[in-house]
Amino acid sequence: MAYSDKVIDHYENPRNVGSLDKSDPNVGTGMVGAPACGDVMKLQIKVNDSGIIEDAKFKTYGCGSAIASSSLVTEWLKGKTLDQAAEIKNSAIAEELALPPVKIHCSVLAEDAIKAAVADLKAKQPMNKETV
Amino acid sequence: MSLTTPIYLDYSATTPVDPRVAEKMIPYLTKIFGNPASRSHSFGWAAEKAVEEAREEVARLVNADSREIVWTSGATESNNLAIKGAAHFYSGTKGKHIITVATEHKAVIDPVRELEREGFEATFLNPEPNGLIDIEKFKAAIRPDTVLASVMFVNNEIGVIQDIEAIGNICRENNIIFHVDAAQATGKVEIDLEKLPVDLMSFSAHKTYGPKGIGALYVRRKPRIRIEAQMHGGGHERGMRSGTLPTHQIVGMGEAFRIAREEMKQENERILRLRNRLLQGLVSIDEVYVNGDIEKRVPHNLNISFNFVEGESLIMAVKDIAVSSGSACTSASLEPSYVLRALGRSDELAHSSIRFSIGRFTTEEEIDYTVSLMKNKIGKLRELSPLWEMHLDGVDLSKVEWAAH
Repeated sequence: MAYSDKVIDHYENPRNVGSLDKSDPNVGTGMVGAPACGDVMKLQIKVNDSGIIEDAKFKTYGCGSAIASSSLVTEWLKGKTLDQAAEIKNSAIAEELALPPVKIHCSVLAEDAIKAAVADLKAKQPMNKETV
Repeated sequence: MSLTTPIYLDYSATTPVDPRVAEKMIPYLTKIFGNPASRSHSFGWAAEKAVEEAREEVARLVNADSREIVWTSGATESNNLAIKGAAHFYSGTKGKHIITVATEHKAVIDPVRELEREGFEATFLNPEPNGLIDIEKFKAAIRPDTVLASVMFVNNEIGVIQDIEAIGNICRENNIIFHVDAAQATGKVEIDLEKLPVDLMSFSAHKTYGPKGIGALYVRRKPRIRIEAQMHGGGHERGMRSGTLPTHQIVGMGEAFRIAREEMKQENERILRLRNRLLQGLVSIDEVYVNGDIEKRVPHNLNISFNFVEGESLIMAVKDIAVSSGSACTSASLEPSYVLRALGRSDELAHSSIRFSIGRFTTEEEIDYTVSLMKNKIGKLRELSPLWEMHLDGVDLSKVEWAAH
């Protein structure tokens, strides 16, 4: 598989690997994918009191581009509001990493992981619900 | 001795040509270049002599008569010739049912599938979880119209050795033509065709330190087995396989099989020591599973699944070693190894398997490097794996409701 340098870089030096406290009311967790399909992504975001994402962590079971896609979005998420985060599109991820066509689903999964994490956080923080 | 990477641990895919083999081949390209079928001059006679000496060497490794050896382009062609050739020849007398095994090489599965399209029926036996065939299940699959059975000697992915003698005896009792794909067996297990009840056996040169593009099919003379030619032309190889013989390739196969016969015993002892060293190193990692029976297995092969890491990222992580993966997800499809699936392995474990195959030029230093590389990389990938984290937290992953995509 001919991967771009960016995929290789994220794969070899993944950013923001780890876990945040799931029970923290300021932490949203998104887990998407299935082991039988070959990829599972866990993405967590933590917002500060002004609703800005100040930390993001991931763990991914999957191919090189799945790891790279989730690593990349943890970088992009920091400093964004939840609404801005929800606007991140898979096409932007795929473009940034120059994913080959057979790996586009990895970027879709990363987008789904963001949406799931944002939804989890909003469910925890009802006052943000109207901005869904 | 310095270590150069990547380390080649894929001898079951192919082997380098032994330098002694290459040296013997070279004069047959430039000097003794005659067509072995040329009967009217010394160029042809010299080439024919070399071809017949090589045929003798191939026969000696498997204790056969050289007149039972037919040259082909490799084991794929041998399998096609044996399976289609015998099925076509004997279907009129016996019937149109074939028995084979789900874990056979594609070069057996696909010719059988082709025969199904022509109106044959086939039973693909599932092996036991250790990769071996249950003899009773084989017996139960036999029908009055079973004409042919094809069972591989040594499996290419998991290295297990089938009980060819027992299966062959059952075939004899039931008047079934028995073909064996021995591409992965030569030089690894003893093959004695005077004793083994086998009618047709496929060989390849390049799995045994010979060149690619040459193989052979053993066709028993007593009792005589007939096959229908698949390649028509000048009537070479007693009409069974037409085509000008590639003298240099044939000489290479003969020399490779001579070396295998003479050095097999010592070589297998050395390789077993290396394999055990590799095995001991790798089973010290948590949550690893050996695929296939560890006893009834050639020493050259170790196939292991590493739980909670994904196959392609695993292959990317171990790029310093040249190995094969049970995961085909580097290609467009996400299809895990059908061999491991047939053993009942889950998709996840099938995806995260690695086949290490050891050979003539593998060193202890290379094995030690491989063990430490694997420990390090598996550790890193598991740090990254949400499944490993859940496993450590005591979550039963089979009970989780995953959002399949």
